[in-house]
Amino acid sequence: MSANVDDVAGDMFDMVKEYHGKKNLKALDLSKAMIIKYGAEECDKKLCKLAIRQLIDSGKCTYSYVGGSYIVLPPDS
Amino acid sequence: MATKRETPLLDELMTGPWPSFVKEIKLSADDGKDAASDLLGVLEKSYNERIGHWKHGGIVGVMGYGGGVIGRYNDLPEEFPAVAHFHTIRVNQPSGWFYTADVLRKICDIWDKHGSGITNMHGSTGDMVLLGCNTDALEPVFAELTEIGFDLGGSGSDMRTPSCCCGEARCEWACYDTMAACHDITMHFQDELHRPAFPYKWKFKFSGCSNDCVASIARSDCSVIGTWSDDIQVDDAAIKEYADGKQVDIAQDVVRLCPTGCISFDGSKLAIDNADCVRCMHCINVMPKALAPGKERGATILIGAKAPIIGGALLASVMVPFLPMEAPYDDLKELAEAIWDLWGEHGKNRERVGEFIQRIGLGNFLEQIGLEPTPEMVAHPRTNPYIFFELGEEDGEE
Repeated sequence: MSANVDDVAGDMFDMVKEYHGKKNLKALDLSKAMIIKYGAEECDKKLCKLAIRQLIDSGKCTYSYVGGSYIVLPPDS
Repeated sequence: MATKRETPLLDELMTGPWPSFVKEIKLSADDGKDAASDLLGVLEKSYNERIGHWKHGGIVGVMGYGGGVIGRYNDLPEEFPAVAHFHTIRVNQPSGWFYTADVLRKICDIWDKHGSGITNMHGSTGDMVLLGCNTDALEPVFAELTEIGFDLGGSGSDMRTPSCCCGEARCEWACYDTMAACHDITMHFQDELHRPAFPYKWKFKFSGCSNDCVASIARSDCSVIGTWSDDIQVDDAAIKEYADGKQVDIAQDVVRLCPTGCISFDGSKLAIDNADCVRCMHCINVMPKALAPGKERGATILIGAKAPIIGGALLASVMVPFLPMEAPYDDLKELAEAIWDLWGEHGKNRERVGEFIQRIGLGNFLEQIGLEPTPEMVAHPRTNPYIFFELGEEDGEE
């Protein structure tokens, strides 16, 4: 399965939505999940970094700090 | 006009011979800063009740960044409305903390305009710390700081703002250009600085020599300490001057205090067994006119220090005994990235890299990041008499 930044960012967003209110996800959790989903050859850490950056810069997700840094939905979403 | 508050307990802190933060906050309150007045109020209340009234964290920051702002909220917003939000902003300091008076005035003006006006120069990580503002003020502060060439520092589970001693800018003992290295690493790892993606914090600190003026060996996950690989430079004539002038008792203050006993002195000539020298800098500090670091200079890379407030402090351990420190510092960057990959994959939440190494064992750690073990990595003699060999090792097999 080939992956591009938009796909990976979309899947990461779905994951953050799914876990919202249940478990805080770190950037690493999202990256690991995407590497498992797409395979390391199609989706490496660099691509995951770009996807996270897109998620944050677009305002779809934001960082929070609760004893560690997590990626969450913005408070008004 | 800010509310005038009675603060008998805080006032005690102004009675000692040392400078007091209470005095400075009171001056700010007298200037009409409501936040300063409420800050004194909430602190006095905490001292009376022995209860803290601050919460920290949450979703607060500037667009695109995951670090640089530490959210702080007061749990008594009706009683102390001016500090209901009292967020801290970390500003990435220039390497070596060199400023012009003009830029400091501009930063203070920005903070007077949008925040409490109270600053901490500098925080223990090294950043300029702007203390106390509302959530609404964060973006304007960030915009105005970037306009004058400043950026936010790190916070949370990211690479914290790297810091360094003043190095070659002011110190003849610097064994590499700490300011250049610190700046290069800061610029190269911007993503790691602004977008938290580690199990926990990671700090780089650059010291030009083992006097370690930024306390890197005690406070940083990656400590880069200047050293040399050849012999200490000795000026025999200057040694004689020290001895004749009775400025230094060389036998007592230098030879006796050498941690490895590698120096001898016959009354006129100093001899150093450089193979046993651990580059501690003591003799050089005592006789700076006669001794100097060697000419082949670089740095020792140590990993794993942390200095938490409550407990569990660790000193860093040597990983690379000697590394030439030339731009673009590729070896250092590759080492850091190899460690981040391993720690990111297997580190627990809020586990510093030093704790991670203790948990998985130094041998496993070295194997995974591709470093060969060296004697310099031994921190202390082993306490377990049993040795485990890999199967087949005795036969010389791999």
